[in-house]
Amino acid sequence: MRFVDEYRDAEKAQALATQIAALCEPGRQYKFMEVCGGHTHTIYKHGLEDYLPESVQLVHGPGCPVCVIPMGRVDDAIAIAQRPDVIMTTFGDMMRVPGGNGSFFDAKAAGADIRMVYSPLDALKIARQNPDRRVVFMGIGFETTAPSTAMTVLRAAAEGLGNFSVFCNHVTIIPAIKAILDSPDLRLDGFLGPGHVSTVIGCRPYEFIARDYGKPLVCAGFEPLDILQSVYLLLKQLADGRCEVENQYTRVVPWDGNLRALDAIGRVMRLRPYFEWRGLGFINDSALQMRDEYATFDAERIFAIPGVRVADPKSCQCGEVLKGVLKPWECKVFGTACTPETPIGTCMVSSEGACAAYYNFGRFSRSRVKEATRV
Amino acid sequence: MTAERIAAPAPTREQQVLDRIERARRRKAVVREERITLAHGAGGKATQTLVEGLFVEAFRNPRLAPLDDGAILPATGDRLVLTTDSYVVSPLFFPGGDIGDLAVNGTVNDLAVSGARPRYLSAGFILEEGFPVPDLARIVASMAAAARRAGVEVVTGDTKVVQRGKADGCYINTAGVGLLDRPHTYTATAVRPGDAVLVSGPIGEHGVTIMLARGELDIEADVASDTAPLHELVATLLDTAPGVRLMRDATRGGVATILNEVARAAGVAVVVDDAAVPVRPAVNGACEMLGIDPLYVACEGRFVAVVDGDEAEAALAALRGHPLGEGAALIGRIGADPPGLVLLKTAFGGTRIVDTLVGDPLPRIC
Repeated sequence: MRFVDEYRDAEKAQALATQIAALCEPGRQYKFMEVCGGHTHTIYKHGLEDYLPESVQLVHGPGCPVCVIPMGRVDDAIAIAQRPDVIMTTFGDMMRVPGGNGSFFDAKAAGADIRMVYSPLDALKIARQNPDRRVVFMGIGFETTAPSTAMTVLRAAAEGLGNFSVFCNHVTIIPAIKAILDSPDLRLDGFLGPGHVSTVIGCRPYEFIARDYGKPLVCAGFEPLDILQSVYLLLKQLADGRCEVENQYTRVVPWDGNLRALDAIGRVMRLRPYFEWRGLGFINDSALQMRDEYATFDAERIFAIPGVRVADPKSCQCGEVLKGVLKPWECKVFGTACTPETPIGTCMVSSEGACAAYYNFGRFSRSRVKEATRV
Repeated sequence: MTAERIAAPAPTREQQVLDRIERARRRKAVVREERITLAHGAGGKATQTLVEGLFVEAFRNPRLAPLDDGAILPATGDRLVLTTDSYVVSPLFFPGGDIGDLAVNGTVNDLAVSGARPRYLSAGFILEEGFPVPDLARIVASMAAAARRAGVEVVTGDTKVVQRGKADGCYINTAGVGLLDRPHTYTATAVRPGDAVLVSGPIGEHGVTIMLARGELDIEADVASDTAPLHELVATLLDTAPGVRLMRDATRGGVATILNEVARAAGVAVVVDDAAVPVRPAVNGACEMLGIDPLYVACEGRFVAVVDGDEAEAALAALRGHPLGEGAALIGRIGADPPGLVLLKTAFGGTRIVDTLVGDPLPRIC
C-alpha cells in the first residue's frame, strides 16, 4: 500500500534499533509514555517492542478515548438511548465499554435503538431520514474527533435540523498529561506526543512540559517507523542534555495546529469546569461541553439525564499504573475484582490497555515469545 | 345423474368447465403472488404452491420428488458426516453471491473440510411476511446452481413464514450429509510441532464485501465474496498429502480464530508469518481504513489446512494447481512452546500474540 508500506520497512527499523541501542546509557532504565491509544495499537500490532532494548520501556498512557469515559457517563448515555423516541449513534469501539450497569451492546440487546456510525455526519443522515425520532450522537474523543462533532453541529444548525443532538463527552489532552506530570511519584523520562490530536492543536501547547516539568516530548506519527524514530529522538535529547518539544510527524502536524478546526470547536463548545476520567478521577478544565448558543443541540439539556456517578472503586490503581509507578499485577484489584470481562479501570477496558494485555499475556515473557517465533 | 353425465358422449357446458378446472389443477404450480404472506407458511394451498412451484422446481431430484416427511437415502458402508448451519446474512444479495449460494457452499464446505464427499442437503426457510417472491426465486435459483456445482442434492426442506418485523427477510438453514470414505479423521488433536499451516487463498474477501455492501461506510472497493464449494480442492489436497492433520473453513472469526482453536485443542504454538498471509490490496486497504485486522475477517471459500511439515511443499503445489487454490500460501508452522498461543511474526520484524476476539471486530475511532 503506498504511503503506508514506506513506514513499515523492516530494514530501516533494524538500522534505527541499532542507533537506539547505541544511545542507551548502560545500566540506565528509560520509561517513555505514549500518550495516545493509537500509538499503543501500532506498538502492539507490529510487535515494535522487539526492536527496543530491555532498558527502554513504553508506558501506555491515558489517550484511549473510549477507555477514559467514566462509568456514570456510559449509564447516562444508556438512559438517553432507552427512550423510545431516541436513536443513539456512536463509534464502534464505544459499544463494548462497560458502564455501571452494562454496555451499549447490552442496552441494544435489551431493546434500545443504538447504531454504529463511522462519522458524526452519518448520524446527521440518520436524523434526516427519521424526522419523527430524536437522533443523539455520542461525542467522544480528544481534539482529534471534537472538530468533526463541532462541524456536524454547525451543519445541523445551518439546516435547521431540530431532531439532532450531541451527548458531548469530548475531552482535552493537555489537562490529562498535566495530571500525570503533577503526580509526586512520576517515573517517566519523556513522552511520545499524540500525533492525531496534534494535527488539531499543534505542538505549542506541549511546550510547558519541557519548560516547566523538564520532560522531553516528541510528537509522533502512527506508523511503526514513526514511533521508533520518535523513541530515537527522545533518547537523543536525553543524551545531548536537551529537553524540548520536537515534531517527528511533520508530514501531518503543523506547529500551530489546524486553526479552522480549533475555530469550529471554539464556536460550538467550551471547557467544562471539571470532568471525571476513568482511573484518573476528576480533572479541572479537562473536557468540552456545548455552548449556550447551541443548547438546542445539547443532549444534556434536552433530556433529563440521571447524572449517574459511579465512583471507581477506591482500590483501583489505574492512576499509578498509568504513571508507571505500579506494574499491573501490583494493583490491589488486578485479576480479582478487575478482569477483562469485568473491567474497573481504564487500563483493563481496552484489550490494548496495560492491564488487559498483562492479564492475557503476562505469563508469557517477551523472550519466550521471541524464542518461539524462531521455529 | 352422475353416471348419466359420464356416459354422455358429448360434453355439456358444465363438463367443459369441470375439465378446464381439472386441467388447471394438473398444470404446474406457479407462485403468482408478489410477496410472501403468512398463508405461504400455513401449510395449505399457498404453501403447496410455493413448495411445488418454486422449491421442487429448482431442486428437482428423485429423493425430493415424493415430498414425504423424510427423504430416504441409500446407505453405504462408509462413515457419514452430518453438519448444519444457519444463514442470516445481511444484505441478502452482495457482490459475488447471495444468501442462497452461501447456504449451499457453507454447508458443503463444512462437510468437505471434515474429509467427506458432500451428498445431500436439507433446506429450511424462515421467511418474513411481505418478502418479495422474485427475491426468493432468485435465492432459490442460486441455491440450485450452487448445489449442481457442488454435486449435492437438496432432498428435503421446510418453510415457515413469520410476521412482518419478526425476521430480516429470509433466513436459511441447511443441514448436510457427506460420505467419509477415507480412513482418517481430521481433528485438531492430530496437530503436532513441525507441521505446516496452509491457507487455500487470499483471506477476508467475504467479510469485507459484506461490510461494504451494508452501505454504512462511504468506502468503495473492488471486492467480491469468495463464496465457493471447496470439496474438489480438499479432495485434491487429500489425494496429494496423506499427512493432512486438520482442515477448517475460515468463516466467522477468520483465520485467527481457527488458529487459536487449533493451538488450544492441540496444546501447541502456532507461529504465523504475517508477510506470507495472502490478502488482496483492496481488502487490505479497506481493513486498514476501518482499523480491522484481516486475520479476523470471515471467508466463505477458503480453508486452513495443517499438514505434515514434510508434505508442505507438495500440498501447496496441489492447492495451487486447482483454480480455487491459485492463491494458496504456506503461512506458518506449528511449534511446541508456548502451548495454546498463536504468535505472529509481523512484516515489520516484530512479534505479537494473536488473541481470540471478545466479540465482533469493531472499527476503532483512532
